[in-house]
Amino acid sequence: MKKVYSILTLALILAALFTQVGLAQDGEVTDNQVNAIAKQLYCPVCENTPLDVCPTEACRQWRELIRQQISEGMTEQEIKDYFVANYGARVLSEPPRTGLNWLVYILPPVFILAGAFFLFRSFREWTRPRAVSAGTGQDEEAQSVKDDYIARLEEELKNRK
Amino acid sequence: MTETTAPTPKRGVPLWAQIVIWVVLIALLVLVGIMLGKRQQGTVQPGDQIPDLTLTLFSGYEYEGKSEVKISDLRGKLVVLNFWASWCKPCEQEAAELEEAWKAYEGGDQVVFLGADYVDTEPEARAYLKKFGITFFNGPDMGTKISQTFRISGVPETYFIDQDGVLYYVKIGPFVSVDEIQSIIAQKLP
Repeated sequence: MKKVYSILTLALILAALFTQVGLAQDGEVTDNQVNAIAKQLYCPVCENTPLDVCPTEACRQWRELIRQQISEGMTEQEIKDYFVANYGARVLSEPPRTGLNWLVYILPPVFILAGAFFLFRSFREWTRPRAVSAGTGQDEEAQSVKDDYIARLEEELKNRK
Repeated sequence: MTETTAPTPKRGVPLWAQIVIWVVLIALLVLVGIMLGKRQQGTVQPGDQIPDLTLTLFSGYEYEGKSEVKISDLRGKLVVLNFWASWCKPCEQEAAELEEAWKAYEGGDQVVFLGADYVDTEPEARAYLKKFGITFFNGPDMGTKISQTFRISGVPETYFIDQDGVLYYVKIGPFVSVDEIQSIIAQKLP
């Protein structure tokens, strides 16, 4: 008997869940649902303004089209694909990962890593204690003069003894 | 006794790495230069041969029963290619003039009017065509390929292509009269 109750309860819960999903789909499409997709798109007429905040008539029409497509049950990817097919890949906020577009994804991390590497090397060089340098030609000459002087001094001291 | 230490060898970036870095930087600069050059080219100029393009047509606006038309199929005819959009207010100013001008040539086979609907939605575009009673061949600029080829700066813009497929006149902005359209067409009609 307990088993039957459990199955019935589970069936009721599942039925309730599916009914809710059904109601959500039947209900009006909210602005948030539209904007969730719209913010990933850019209208070619208004460059640099995401579709969700663009005030022009063209963008308003696009948002209405998205609303209509959501109400027809199209998925986010299907809607984006439709816009790419109709208006070109440049409407996407993220360029598709094809051809030269790969540069957008590859170059920035490469430059950041290279920059970090050179900075690390430079800092290490700057913080390393400097060894006594062998010196330039002038230093060597001065050293040689000094050596002669010391040799003479030592010689004279030896002679005095 | 004096004490000296051997000079520490100077560690730098290896030669191969320097070459790679410079090659990448130069390639990047060239790429940016080409892109900027393309963007600043402006619209195609009179005298330019128009590449072969295909315009998909709205149902009800087909050309000889076909749902798309190739510019190359129209050799021997003068083509008036008009870019428009339903959200474009200046386009409304010239819509009636374009239709009236088209009516003057519709019966003959010397001139073809094509409308390329730029960055628009089909329901709005159809409502616009109906509102202004436009009957000449019209279709969406799929993927904005045609407008990118002509490098249009906005709408409305109209391109007049002669019988050999060479652009001979560009009109930026709306026409002010039917006479204006007809006088441009007349330049290339026998």
